[in-house]
Amino acid sequence: MSAPGKTPRRPGTEAVARKGWFAAHRWLLLRRVCQLAILALFLAGPWFGVWIVKGNLTSSLTFDVLPLTDPYVFLQILAAGFLPAATACIGALIVLAFYLIVGGRVFCAWVCPVNMITDTAAWCRRRLDIKANHPPSSMTRYWFLAGTFVLAFVSGALAWEWLNPVAIAHRGLIFGMGAGVYFLVAVFIYDLLLTQRGWCGHLCPMGALYSLLGKFALLRVAAPKRAACNDCMDCFAVCPEPQIIRPALKRVGQDSPVIFDSLCTTCGRCIDVCGQKVFRFTHRFDSGSSS
Amino acid sequence: MSDTKTVQPVPAPEKPKASLAVSPMRRRFLASLAGAAGGGCLMALGVGIYANQNRALAAQALRPPGALPEDEFLAACARCGLCVRDCEQLNVTSLHSDRKIAVLKLATPGEPVPTGTPYFTARDIPCEMCEDIPCIKHCPTGALDPGLTDINAARMGLAVLIDHETCLNFLGLRCDVCYRVCPVIDEAITLDRQHNTRSDRHAMLLPTVHSEFCTGCGKCEKACVLEVAAIKVLPRPLAQGKLGEHYRKGWEEREKHGGSLIGDQLELPVRGLEGKRYGDTRVNDGRVNDEHVNDDEAPAPANDAPGNAPGIRSDWKP
Repeated sequence: MSAPGKTPRRPGTEAVARKGWFAAHRWLLLRRVCQLAILALFLAGPWFGVWIVKGNLTSSLTFDVLPLTDPYVFLQILAAGFLPAATACIGALIVLAFYLIVGGRVFCAWVCPVNMITDTAAWCRRRLDIKANHPPSSMTRYWFLAGTFVLAFVSGALAWEWLNPVAIAHRGLIFGMGAGVYFLVAVFIYDLLLTQRGWCGHLCPMGALYSLLGKFALLRVAAPKRAACNDCMDCFAVCPEPQIIRPALKRVGQDSPVIFDSLCTTCGRCIDVCGQKVFRFTHRFDSGSSS
Repeated sequence: MSDTKTVQPVPAPEKPKASLAVSPMRRRFLASLAGAAGGGCLMALGVGIYANQNRALAAQALRPPGALPEDEFLAACARCGLCVRDCEQLNVTSLHSDRKIAVLKLATPGEPVPTGTPYFTARDIPCEMCEDIPCIKHCPTGALDPGLTDINAARMGLAVLIDHETCLNFLGLRCDVCYRVCPVIDEAITLDRQHNTRSDRHAMLLPTVHSEFCTGCGKCEKACVLEVAAIKVLPRPLAQGKLGEHYRKGWEEREKHGGSLIGDQLELPVRGLEGKRYGDTRVNDGRVNDEHVNDDEAPAPANDAPGNAPGIRSDWKP
């Protein structure tokens, strides 16, 4: 623990000291590589003429055969009163199946382009020691999610897609950003100055939907060596949904060391920053090493 | 009422105890629930207002071929841009670059087209009218109707010769460029001959658009030689009028039935004109009062003293 008067210790310092810088940033780096690689697949066509994936995250076509459609957009289309053609149905089913099995909010941490913006905002917050925090209820996103479906139903149009920063970010990078950049700046400012993890952790309806899909997700983070926890709080500091760690780490309301809460984005940052190697990736049925 | 009072005196004092114990937690829960519900609904409402304001399509923005009617299109389009990707890449040579660019583009926020939906602007780059209609092929949702197989059946908009004051053909010249570039020449645009009343001796060949055949590709608007096009392609709902359902065109009905349904000539009586030749609508048969007739017979003094003229005589002819 830092002595009073000293500058606050950065989360991960102990991990870097004990594991080395690279091991203390392993999952973060992997995640960035994954995010950028997916983006590169989409951008290879328009930038270099190598057409691997066409379209964007809302709907795409890989190698001219594999259709993928975002289930959220698909459900909004249904709510708006239109039954999409078979291609979109198949594409949505594939994506739906993937996230149902692997883990809903894997999308948020490993795919979503806005994650890099909000992670940067969170990093800046820690560095600049910005304490101001005006969080709305983290349930807001579910109400808003429902609201976007009601909107689609009432207006007969994909109203939310006019503004959805996730769609705007990805489409903008591939097809041209236009004034969309202001939406992303707004998300950044909100996360930086107003609310810690404001967008991804409280408001984003897309993340809300993916968290609902992740109720039975196989891929989970667990704290099998929770006995070694030295209460440094680093995992809480970096976790985008800090409230989900406690049940597994401190046996609150559950005995299993697995983080079952589907709001976990499985970003693995807690694994990185833990100097005691308490956390690791596992599957949801792993109850073995609960100590 | 009195029964319950007498029967349940024992559990009554217990109840407030229990509710007091639960109350702060329940209150906090309800407050956070209300906050979440209020916040979420407010956001949705804001989005709804924004979207509703921005759902109108700018008059100069045209949808790709096969696009469903705008209302349906906004429900169906996933905004993925596959149509843009499959759209014919045209070579655009400008001062600074020589690059390939698609006709279609996805609207970005701030443009007067719903964000992320595909459109093209005829005056910039009109639709190439590819025969295999590649833009439709990979549309995942069917927002672009795969049933459209003949590009000539596409109805992306409707050309309107909107400015008769600047169109060169209306000025009596033979520009004809819009007519010449039309992919459906002589059907979608024809040159209709009219007398030039200004010169009184020439013909004007007026480009005339026929909605039955116009695909709305926009080539005419692109090709118009004026600084600002006199012919513009507009979305069909904006460009077209609509006759009342009950209207019948006499000449069509006559053809359908092999003859007029109301007789060949309908003569209606006009009060006050009984007994006159058909078409003669002069009330007093071209004659004024007898006195004036007498004045007429005398040499007219009008030239000498115009102020003394006996009055305006509408029937006077040289």
